[in-house]
Amino acid sequence: MAHEHKLEIFRGLLKFKSNTSKIWGVLIFLSVVTAIEVALGITKPAVLTGNTFLGMKLLNWIFILLTLVKAYYIAWDFMHLRDEKTSLRRTVVWTPIFLVAYLIFILLFEADYVYNVYKDGYIKWNF
Amino acid sequence: MDSTVTSASEENVWGGGNRPLGASYGKLMMWFFLVSDALTFSGFLAAYGFSRFKFIETWPIADEVFTHVPFFHGNFPMYYVAFMTFILIMSSVTMVLAVDAGHRMKKNAVIWYMFLTIIGGAIFVGSQAWEWATFIKGDYGAIETRGGRILQFVSAETGERLALSEFAETIPDEREKLTRNEGVWFMSEGYLPSYTVTEVIEGLKANTDVLIRTEQISEEGEKVVLDRNASLEKIKDGTLVVEGANLIRNEYGSRLFADFFFFITGFHGFHVFSGVVINIIIFFNVILGTYERRGHYEMVEKVGLYWHFVDLVWVFVFTFFYLV
Repeated sequence: MAHEHKLEIFRGLLKFKSNTSKIWGVLIFLSVVTAIEVALGITKPAVLTGNTFLGMKLLNWIFILLTLVKAYYIAWDFMHLRDEKTSLRRTVVWTPIFLVAYLIFILLFEADYVYNVYKDGYIKWNF
Repeated sequence: MDSTVTSASEENVWGGGNRPLGASYGKLMMWFFLVSDALTFSGFLAAYGFSRFKFIETWPIADEVFTHVPFFHGNFPMYYVAFMTFILIMSSVTMVLAVDAGHRMKKNAVIWYMFLTIIGGAIFVGSQAWEWATFIKGDYGAIETRGGRILQFVSAETGERLALSEFAETIPDEREKLTRNEGVWFMSEGYLPSYTVTEVIEGLKANTDVLIRTEQISEEGEKVVLDRNASLEKIKDGTLVVEGANLIRNEYGSRLFADFFFFITGFHGFHVFSGVVINIIIFFNVILGTYERRGHYEMVEKVGLYWHFVDLVWVFVFTFFYLV
């Protein structure tokens, strides 16, 4: 069993003395990210809701980005992926990412098409 | 690099004993289970995205739906869900501390951290049950049109949402709920709304400061409120009074919204529940000294993986259901 831990996060920017202090450090980081998300969700700055990128509000892109950041640290530090072999890490990470990216791509395009059919087609549904 | 290193003297490829992924059988199977479970949840969330993009201009706005905090009255969008997220992350931390204590063979520390993890999980499941109860009960009530669209009501002066009870007329001599003892054995009905459609329509006509809010979302991301004349015209389409939510219809808007709420948070809540049960089993095993005798606490680590996964899924549910 691998008992040794890699103790640095942020690509070596922050190095902890023990595994326990790393856990607390990651908790603080995750809490800060969640607090930022909630604060943005409540205030909804006009700059971020008014502008879009690839058809989605900037605010939503920020939420998705921060979620992926949180997911990374949960998987890497809480689930010890950082300490596992590269092969195990790639097996469990890239398989879902590839499949889910494909699923999202195909479903959202289809949904947008259906939306346009409802909008421009001769279907009355809002009555 | 280390994935390709094999020392020929100790391990040969076909003779057995080769561990290319460097993890025990149980841990590896837990990881593969989590991968497949992640795909299930992704399926749910992608389906949610599909339905949402399909009705992008009429989908309910989540922070107008989840505005409640237990023991407090008022409008607190997102606060309680953020609290739940924090609880789950906290219990993830105590779990990882339990795993860490297990590596160092500290039995009492493992017991305490497992105990805190279970408490955190229980608080989360309780909060989710409360959320469900609030969601099912509803608070304002709405009218459903012939086309299945939801009409909500706002005050013209303040722009605040109005509950049906705040303006609906009371017309005596209306229909009563059909109970078993009144009809034939197979005839009964579950639930009769507090007001009839006629009472709501009369109430709307009588109170000049009541306006209808449609499902349509404007350019600014707000729900479109009709003016007085358009409201009086629109209410003619009303066929049903909807209070709260079930799998068929809900007062918040699109029917699919409630369906996905029940399925996604329900499936996740079931995971948390089973996680708590598994944690309790492992907790007692630790107390009984099973892993002390076994010589390692890997079982705690495997259960920990499952528990963190539940937290990981919640991070995504939180974003895609409540924030985005």
